[in-house]
Amino acid sequence: MKRGSRDYVLWSIGIVVVLAFALIPVIWLISISLKPPNEITDQRFIPASVSFDNYKSLFEGGIDDSPFLKPLINSIAIALITTVVAITLASFTAYAIARLEFPGKRLILAGALAIAMFPPISTVGPLFDMWRALGIYDTYLGLIIPYLTFALPLAIYVLVAFFREIPWDLEQAAQVDGATPWQAFRKVILPLAAPGVFTAAILVFIFCWNDFVFAISLTSSDASRTVPAALAFFTGESTFTAPTGSIAAAAVVVTIPIIVFVLIFQRRIVSGLTAGAVKG
Amino acid sequence: MAEIVLDQVTKVFDDGYEAVKQMDLEIADGEFMILVGPSGCGKSTALRMIAGLEDISSGELRIGGEEVNDRSPKDRDIAMVFQNYALYPHMTVRENMGFALSLAGVDKEEINRKVEDAARTLDLTQHLDRRPANLSGGQRQRVAMGRAIVREPKAFLMDEPLSNLDAKLRVQMRTEVARLQSDLETTTVYVTHDQTEAMTLGDRVAVMRAGVLQQVGAPAELYDQPRNLFVAGFIGSPAMNFMPGEISGGKLRIPIGEVEAPQGAGREGKVIAGIRPENFEDAEIVGDLTQERGITFEAEIDLVESLGSDLYAYFHVESEGIQSDQLADLVGERLDETGAAGMREGEEQIVARLEPTSKVRRREKAQLWADTAKLHLFDPESGERLGEKTAASAEAG
Amino acid sequence: MEASTANTPTHASSRTRSERKLAWMLCAPAVIAMLAVTAYPIGYAFVLSVQKLDLRFPEQTGFVGLDNYGTVLGSELWWTDLFNTFLIMVISVAVELVLGMVIALVMHRAIFGRGTVRTVVLIPYGIITVVAAFAWQFAFASDSGFVNNLIGSEMDWFGGHVSSLVVIILAEIWKTTPFMALLLLAGLVTIDEGLYEAAKVDGASAWQRFWKITLPLMKPAILVAVLFRTLEAFRVFDSIFIMTRGAQNTESVSILGFNQLINRLNLGVGSAISVLAFLIVVGIAFLFVKGLGARLDEGRPGG
Repeated sequence: MKRGSRDYVLWSIGIVVVLAFALIPVIWLISISLKPPNEITDQRFIPASVSFDNYKSLFEGGIDDSPFLKPLINSIAIALITTVVAITLASFTAYAIARLEFPGKRLILAGALAIAMFPPISTVGPLFDMWRALGIYDTYLGLIIPYLTFALPLAIYVLVAFFREIPWDLEQAAQVDGATPWQAFRKVILPLAAPGVFTAAILVFIFCWNDFVFAISLTSSDASRTVPAALAFFTGESTFTAPTGSIAAAAVVVTIPIIVFVLIFQRRIVSGLTAGAVKG
Repeated sequence: MAEIVLDQVTKVFDDGYEAVKQMDLEIADGEFMILVGPSGCGKSTALRMIAGLEDISSGELRIGGEEVNDRSPKDRDIAMVFQNYALYPHMTVRENMGFALSLAGVDKEEINRKVEDAARTLDLTQHLDRRPANLSGGQRQRVAMGRAIVREPKAFLMDEPLSNLDAKLRVQMRTEVARLQSDLETTTVYVTHDQTEAMTLGDRVAVMRAGVLQQVGAPAELYDQPRNLFVAGFIGSPAMNFMPGEISGGKLRIPIGEVEAPQGAGREGKVIAGIRPENFEDAEIVGDLTQERGITFEAEIDLVESLGSDLYAYFHVESEGIQSDQLADLVGERLDETGAAGMREGEEQIVARLEPTSKVRRREKAQLWADTAKLHLFDPESGERLGEKTAASAEAG
Repeated sequence: MEASTANTPTHASSRTRSERKLAWMLCAPAVIAMLAVTAYPIGYAFVLSVQKLDLRFPEQTGFVGLDNYGTVLGSELWWTDLFNTFLIMVISVAVELVLGMVIALVMHRAIFGRGTVRTVVLIPYGIITVVAAFAWQFAFASDSGFVNNLIGSEMDWFGGHVSSLVVIILAEIWKTTPFMALLLLAGLVTIDEGLYEAAKVDGASAWQRFWKITLPLMKPAILVAVLFRTLEAFRVFDSIFIMTRGAQNTESVSILGFNQLINRLNLGVGSAISVLAFLIVVGIAFLFVKGLGARLDEGRPGG
């Protein structure tokens, strides 16, 4: 019908615009990263010729000398550890909030919200001082702790939203059917909780992966410096050339996995960020 | 004029599902037409096509003589009452009712006047400045009606407007709706799955099944002369009883006895016989004269339900399991109504409505009488009713 | 909402008591972890802020009352940076609100390609802010970026105050509009479809339906989304650091704090800035909740 095809065209245009909006900077980075060193400043959006030099330079020197490898490992390790710990702690809390009756529920949720809204800069100073005194400045722990603090509210909110949807009566039904409390929990509740936990884990991981303020304030060397901070200190081929190419290559290396991740788990992420309102 | 005509209207959804199949229906100006049928029969889809909320796949829809297939809802001059009322939660009752008029640019004083008139009719005046969230279900339903009335449209379209109300309120509102429609004389198309509503409200009732219109007619007509098994079993509560029968040698043999085969039954062979619960009686109560016609038989009573005003007796007869997909469609409805289950294979449960003074008792044999003048016969294959009503019927059709 | 405990009898049954105990035990680790790095440091920041504490001159440490605050509030740099921060905050949130609304509608209503849009729209969310900042910086680099090539200009974007701010704001908008769109989408999906049908029958055009039905019903979601994004925008740091390090007068409050604390090691003044930042954030939140009635019951944490 006429009405139908006009709508189709309009929607297509709308979608293309949105796609372009989201992808242009990404494509630009990929484009720069593939340019040979002498063409980096040629102002072209699409590279004239393709070279992988920038990528090679990232990994030259192995784990000790490469400007990128150690930070990459740091990022992955810190994000993973934080995620595991945060999800564990948040799960307990979310279970309590979603399932049990006790005074202070609202307070915890409100408090978590307040913490999420904190400007990190307000804590950076004291942490800097404290960590140096405690000797955990420039260590994994020095970053994991503040990450935990700020990831917990996120995880708690997402998990509470998911846990509220679980029909807890099933646990009792399983027990009536003859399961022990532990079996009921393991075979009935856990599978139902798994998607929410997984979603929360993804969101926490992205949060840690992304942080810059703490990374740059609480580290001073490759010992625990993460990728975002390391990128800010990249040097180019010589002190006179900007490290544009290697930064772009590094950027692509840390971004492509995230894009793949987001692609695969889009439904979960959208559901988690909207606290379950949008189910995909 | 606001007559509505559906001319071979068909609706096929994107996934190929045919919700409405070549429906022909003429609704006269000022008529109260009911669309009734089990869920999934296409009645709501038909209504939404009239409203313009669903596209018409093929066929023509005419309102007031004009073809309106491609017109948007607002250009059709119709008003709709939704099942869940769809009241705007952020607007007061007054604003809800006046919304359409304000969109049309009617001036404020006029809007207020019309809204207040409608509010008075529906007894909503003291609620005009409240929000829907603060109203009871019945009040919300009236606001939804008020929203429609205020517009003085060519037709009202109502999609199960009473089904969200509790039983008592529903009965109350039913009379309200009937009174309103007769006062306003606006063409109304009303969708419901409840056959009682259909029978009590409509000038005419259209029974639908699986997208196909089964029969259209005044309630009495559907009751007395159902065109097929489905209509027969759908209209009337408790539903009509069905049992297998056979006509041979001019006689009709059914599990409870034998009678002269009615005129116009046509041919010999297997039939399905239908008889309504109200056409049974306790043989001891029925007078001798009446007993001369009809069948008196003995049955062992399975269950007795005493309602005070009536007595329902359940018994069963042998049958080789009457098969018909029309009956299959009805099964869900019947289980809801009779509530009895647990029939064994080869048995058919019969429900009889008796005078409350009857002395039948559970697990005892009783003498019952069936008024075979009120028997309906159906072709087992097509489900169509055979011939006219049985002989010795006194009522006009 | 959760049942309040106002109804529990004064002698709570032992079942309730053990339930409560269990609940507190379960929550304790997370609560402690959260408080440890927020309540304590904030308190500590207060303490630091009233001292003269410059780690480069540790021997001069001492209590100086509100002197640091005086220094900060009397400094022109503070007010410039505060203004920058507010400028960036207001403009980005305003633009994001409009763009986010459009994208949310596309995600909600698209006849096809909904999954694709939702996926692609999450990419800015998943990309590291620093990475995005670099991308924008390279794009607008006056002699090597594609933007100047595209629009045929030789403007030195990072050489001037306003042009730098333009790029910074652009980068912020790009990065966070998707999140705003998702928050708005969450509000959109709660609107009963039947209302739109009723409005169609009442004669409302698509535009009218948006203004009279969608927007009013989305007010709570919009308020929460704007509140969250405003508080986040106040913290702007990464983009500015990468693109200009704060040059051309583009510093924000966070950059200022960072410079004082980490670069200059002046913990006293830096902490005063931290505390002031904290108070401003609290003030904004207060304004939204009390003044505009933002309801945080179903609120969402920052991204």
